[in-house]
Amino acid sequence: MNDGDAIFISGLVKTFGRTRALDGLDLSVRTGEVHGFLGPNGAGKSTTLRVLLGLIRKDSGETRLLGGDPWREAVKLHRRLAYVPGDVTLWPGLTGGEVIDLLGRMRGGLDKGRRAELLERFELDPRKKARAYSKGNRQKVALVAALASDAEVLLLDEPTSGLDPLMEAVFRGCVEEERRSGRTVLLSSHILSEVEALCERVTIIKDGTAVESGTLSEMRHLSRTSISVELARVPVGLAGLSGVHDLEIDGNRVRCQVDASGLDGLLGHLTPFGVRSLTSQPPTLEDLFLRHYETEGPEAREAAWESRGTDRAGVAR
Amino acid sequence: MKALTNSLAGTRTLVRLILRRDRIVLPLWIISLGILPVAIANTLKDLYPTAAERQSYLDIITANPALNALYGHAFGAGLGALTAWRLGGTVLLVGLASLLTLIRHTRAEEAAGRRELLGATVVGRQAPLFSALLFTFDASLLLGAVVSVSLIAYGLPVAGSMAFGLSWTVFGWAFAAVAAVAAQLTEGARAARGISIAVLGLCFVLRAAGDAGGKDGLSWISWLSPFGWTQRVRPFADERWWVFALFLGLVAVLAAAAFALSARRDLGSGLLPARLGPAAGSPWLRNPLALAWRLQRGTLLAWSAGFAVFGAILGGITESAVKVTEDSPQIKTIAERLGGSSGLADAWFAAFMGLLGLVASGYAVGAALRLRGEEADGCAEPVLATAVSRVRWAGSHLAFAVLGPAVVLGVAGLAAGLIYGLTSGDVGRELPRVLGAAIVQLPAVWVLVGVTVALFGVLPRFVGSGSWAVLAACVLIEEFGRPLQLSKRLLDLSPFAHVPNLPGAEVSAAPLAWLSLIAANLIAAGLLGLRRRDVL
Repeated sequence: MNDGDAIFISGLVKTFGRTRALDGLDLSVRTGEVHGFLGPNGAGKSTTLRVLLGLIRKDSGETRLLGGDPWREAVKLHRRLAYVPGDVTLWPGLTGGEVIDLLGRMRGGLDKGRRAELLERFELDPRKKARAYSKGNRQKVALVAALASDAEVLLLDEPTSGLDPLMEAVFRGCVEEERRSGRTVLLSSHILSEVEALCERVTIIKDGTAVESGTLSEMRHLSRTSISVELARVPVGLAGLSGVHDLEIDGNRVRCQVDASGLDGLLGHLTPFGVRSLTSQPPTLEDLFLRHYETEGPEAREAAWESRGTDRAGVAR
Repeated sequence: MKALTNSLAGTRTLVRLILRRDRIVLPLWIISLGILPVAIANTLKDLYPTAAERQSYLDIITANPALNALYGHAFGAGLGALTAWRLGGTVLLVGLASLLTLIRHTRAEEAAGRRELLGATVVGRQAPLFSALLFTFDASLLLGAVVSVSLIAYGLPVAGSMAFGLSWTVFGWAFAAVAAVAAQLTEGARAARGISIAVLGLCFVLRAAGDAGGKDGLSWISWLSPFGWTQRVRPFADERWWVFALFLGLVAVLAAAAFALSARRDLGSGLLPARLGPAAGSPWLRNPLALAWRLQRGTLLAWSAGFAVFGAILGGITESAVKVTEDSPQIKTIAERLGGSSGLADAWFAAFMGLLGLVASGYAVGAALRLRGEEADGCAEPVLATAVSRVRWAGSHLAFAVLGPAVVLGVAGLAAGLIYGLTSGDVGRELPRVLGAAIVQLPAVWVLVGVTVALFGVLPRFVGSGSWAVLAACVLIEEFGRPLQLSKRLLDLSPFAHVPNLPGAEVSAAPLAWLSLIAANLIAAGLLGLRRRDVL
């Protein structure tokens, strides 16, 4: 465990009856970073956050939050964190403003100026009773309550579900500010564009295990670049090159995926055939994500679907 | 006609959905309530085998104002008539089952948002209300049929059995219709349930007040209440079938009102408009206890008001109820055997305070179950994610489960004691005696709270059904344990069996201390379990 880690999880196991929700999960979030926690529905993201909140008890493994034990020191640690649940339910008879103040005070304080500013930015009417709020507005109540706190760590569980695109942009702006002011954010999401835009480091979770973790550039480096080339002559001998995958040759057009280590060799091989045009695309998060999920069944398709449906432009740049 | 079919489209499917959801609870209600009359008839036959014994039992009933108020008048000394009389209060459970079922399938569905999901399919505007009413009416009909058939099979007169079963059926209909109106008025299911139960309680009190003074006095008041109607059908005592017309009229009016209201309002809204609230939390709204107060104060105030009214009426009619028996020389001799006028008054208060203890347990269990409700709704999660420990959170709601019954019983005792004291002319003597009789129920109420908390901590999934089942068992034992000749060991299982019969009886501290200790241990076990388990 690193001293700079706000959150450190190693080999975390949690079972519910016969289902193994978390199966040896590793996750470390450095102090002051915005960490993306990616996975489709049912991968174990919420379960991980609930273990970190001390709401549920781990079966085995190590979990540290701000240097403390999330289960035994829950109350002490909760003064230093704020949480936005994935599915926000509020007391129907309380107004949004009352809920924000109540949650803030029970945590130990709320910045009044920030509260007012956030209400304005999220365009939330705090006088409405919670039963009259839509899903998106309930989400905003929880977001304002969390963001207006002075917590060191923010645990956000799919915080933009139910928000419209304008509000999603406001949310991104807020997280950007949190990062600059040095707060640690663990952002669980299945919206790839959001994670790609906000997070320095990312952990991808699948069936309760972390399958990939690191900075986006590290992960890109480990992954393949897609190359599309138009040549003067029909090329030969490409198939034998090391590090070249998914090769498609259509006359003098070539498309393939290349490992970072194979780039040199490929470009050297192509030059003699006369390069007319070349497009190289670094792997998007979507590619990284799908590489782990593509071979799988319906969940993977669902995850891919969600990322496409949400914001295609943000992913493919 | 076309419009009608349209607005009722999908009724068949909805009824099937309700059947699917109620396939366990409903048969339990119908069977347990349905066979009760024949069981009571059987034990009454054992206890009073001859006509002479039944006649003297009837005389005792008539002489005892508490029995008249609790169960109504007895109209004959036959086995059937006595059975019908003894079950005069039980019809309350029929109404309760009926209104709970209706709210569960109308307003509760709507508040949970599931109605919207259905509303988008081929389901007419009035179909959800119509199917819920249809289902509840059929269930009541089935219950009445079980009662009638079992009584006829037992050998009681056919006409009386039919009239008695039918009186339960129409009583169920009446409160399904009351609930159908209430479901249109409020946005939340809790409030709709509260309104319906309040109407049920009020109707019971009206009948009790009307019947307390024997057959003369204020008995016209009983005609204002469906409880009074069920008895004035006089099953097994020269049945009066025309009384059923009153029920049918009431049901028709209420159902028409419910449909008219439902046609007028938007999905999800009530008739009472939602208003804007404060933009910021007031300074005291800063901890779990304040939140629990916000969530529970309405219920507590409503129950306190109900108990105050009940206590006032109880205290107000005591003097005249006890006096009436003294006027009739024949009854007077029996009454004197029962302890004379002061003995009758004591018995009167003891009987009613025991009943209030059971009712207050309903409040207390409900208040404790808020914990599970908050957890299951996901409302506990944001609280527990702040610097609030589980025990502190649980304690905030338990404060209401433990102190709330003290408030409501105290209010009832004060009101009853004060008013009885004023009418009998000795407040200084009566007030503490009657208040004590109310407060002495508390340790038994707390045991039921303890059971609920223990289940919540250890077996949270069964806390709802489990704690209501335990309360129902206590009601059954207290109400029917003796007439059903249950063994002493079984009777002693109810905590209320150990509460001294105040006023009048000796107070011994030991059973009260034991009950409190058991309650405290159960609560502690529940909190310990809560600290160790996963929160939903």
